[in-house]
Amino acid sequence: MAKKVALLQGNEACALGALYAGCSFFGGYPITPSTEVAEVMSKELPKTGGKFIQMEDEIAAMASILGASLTGAKVLTATSGPGISLKQELIGYACIAEIPCVIVNVMRGGPSTGMPTGPSQSDVMQAKWGTHGDHPAIALVPASCQEIFSETVRAFNLAEIYRMPVQILLDEINGHMRERIEFPEPGELEVIDRQQPTVSPADYKPFDDSQGDIPPLASFGSEYRYHVTGLNKAADGFPTAKPELVDAEERRQLRKIEANRADIEKNEEYLTDDAEFIVVAYGTISRSARYAVDVLRKEGIKAGLFRPITLWPFPEARMAELANQVKAIVVPEMNLGQMILEVERVTRRVCPVEGIGRVDGEPITPAQIVAKVKEVL
Amino acid sequence: MAFDYEQYLRPGKLPHIWCPGCGHGIVMKGLIRAMDTCGLEKNNTAIVSGIGCASRLPGYVDFNTLHTAHGRAAAFATGIKMAKPEMDVLVVGGDGDGVAIGGNHFIHACRRNIDMTYVLLNNYIYGMTGGQFSPCTPVGAKASTTPYGNPDPTFDIAKLAIGAGATFVARTTAFHATQIDKLIAAGLRHKGMAIIEVLDDCPTAYGRRNKFRSVIDMMKRLKEIAVPIKAAAHMTPEQLEGKVLTGILHQEERPEYCEQYQQVIASAQGD
Amino acid sequence: MSSPKVEIIESYCKGCSICVEFCPTDVFEMDGFLAKVVRPEACTKCMQCELRCPDFAVKVH
Repeated sequence: MAKKVALLQGNEACALGALYAGCSFFGGYPITPSTEVAEVMSKELPKTGGKFIQMEDEIAAMASILGASLTGAKVLTATSGPGISLKQELIGYACIAEIPCVIVNVMRGGPSTGMPTGPSQSDVMQAKWGTHGDHPAIALVPASCQEIFSETVRAFNLAEIYRMPVQILLDEINGHMRERIEFPEPGELEVIDRQQPTVSPADYKPFDDSQGDIPPLASFGSEYRYHVTGLNKAADGFPTAKPELVDAEERRQLRKIEANRADIEKNEEYLTDDAEFIVVAYGTISRSARYAVDVLRKEGIKAGLFRPITLWPFPEARMAELANQVKAIVVPEMNLGQMILEVERVTRRVCPVEGIGRVDGEPITPAQIVAKVKEVL
Repeated sequence: MAFDYEQYLRPGKLPHIWCPGCGHGIVMKGLIRAMDTCGLEKNNTAIVSGIGCASRLPGYVDFNTLHTAHGRAAAFATGIKMAKPEMDVLVVGGDGDGVAIGGNHFIHACRRNIDMTYVLLNNYIYGMTGGQFSPCTPVGAKASTTPYGNPDPTFDIAKLAIGAGATFVARTTAFHATQIDKLIAAGLRHKGMAIIEVLDDCPTAYGRRNKFRSVIDMMKRLKEIAVPIKAAAHMTPEQLEGKVLTGILHQEERPEYCEQYQQVIASAQGD
Repeated sequence: MSSPKVEIIESYCKGCSICVEFCPTDVFEMDGFLAKVVRPEACTKCMQCELRCPDFAVKVH
């Protein structure tokens, strides 16, 4: 039987991907260019018995999904630049209290109100460092509408497995762009549900790491009762200021990511095997980069594309390997130099790393990338 | 007969962090008695707070408890209640947490008339940070950030809640211990947003800056300023000067938010 | 009927003196920084002390 197909916006594909993953609660606040995610959820969620709520502000939207997640629901919110800035404190709360949730950030120009209807990729560093303190971060950067659907499903899986917030970074272009997508059949994409505790309620500790770095999270309203706080806490969930406990907790939270990079990282490589020049690009701009690589290859220049689909944690090992292979790396991004800082850091500048930055609300064109590669030849 | 608070307290957590003479402990005991009266089940109840002295209350009681970020308790609680309407959801917190940094969430939770019980402990001050003025600090009062007296007008929390749409609004004081549990119990039984403001004392951060010589002075003041709403009906404006009304100040029936959303689900599913 | 037993849990008492002040029959007195039961026989079991003790330190049995 032919698969069901549709012509969908990226934002719509994101919402439908969330439903596929079993999302049953959305808390949001209107903001351009992410609003279609909320609109689709307001229409589709109640059909499944799920709940949609438009909260009074961005912070409340974030708070509402964390409350809902603690009852066992898979939860989503969607926002854009200013909204993600407002949500940062509670993203940190979700990190320290280890509450699964998915946050879509359809990136727009900034800072401040910036260019609400213009695309950007300027929240790369905010997705990693936006909230205060040391904390784990996962951010996914799909490029096409089909991939937005499937990566949204993966975002929910990662949030539930690693018990933490996962951000999906779209931009005004792929959020609003329409493409044909094929809907996966139920069961075709893996959907992972939250691990439940198996100990007796009396023995349950919400942050007990004796069985591993990711303790199971019980649901409010179940037979398990526990305390949640944004303070540094001991295994039983209650606040502590004991240096050894705080240190162990903070390191465990980072270890959730570092020890599981193989599971979390995801890249696409295009013509990198024999590449002498590599373009490193993500999201919408990776599409321009792929086209540029084809153009360069036709001209006899051995170019390739390295495309992180998981942007955080950054694919350090593979990026470093590639840097040893090539003569130069070009990093086009719709900001004035964010991911390029990571590329420079992990490659230790064994080869030249050149950026193309653009913040005028226009995408970086293949011609710009071709020209830059030729410049560094 | 002594009330058995221990059955609702997490073992090993007392003594609590509150200062000598702080009324928060009196309110916590009233809250426990009210939950006992209403037969709230521990597993089926969530108590949510923000940040501040009063917001440490949930850590002591054996329910599902959530100590969130400053001001955000009502928004977290809304998520819990929406996602699992069969749970009993309470919010506790102070005046700065509830109506300053959390003011927006406070009024919108009232507007939605979501079925929660919000116990707001108003001690006129930010205690945990050392005594800065709050939206409830009286005009002229001294705080660590009003060394020349407070120039800011105050919120009347009950009027704010009524204006925002809460369908049950009550007020009492930490002195009136038995009224605390009666009003909270009435709020728990009420279907919709119930706000119970408890005027409280902060001897450490407020009292010593504002010519209260002792905890007892502060408690006596709470006793003196409280006027039951029924008695107030027979008093002149002059007699009511400087007084606060106590008891159930407002109660009405209005559709509850989660029930309204069930109609959304029914419409979406084409019922 | 046996007379009421008034108990103070010393490890909880913070010495605020609320029980001392508001007991209508002067069952308590301050003893340094702690409240102390000095006239248990005067207790009428009105429970005002237990209700108002902020520290869960007073119990009337």
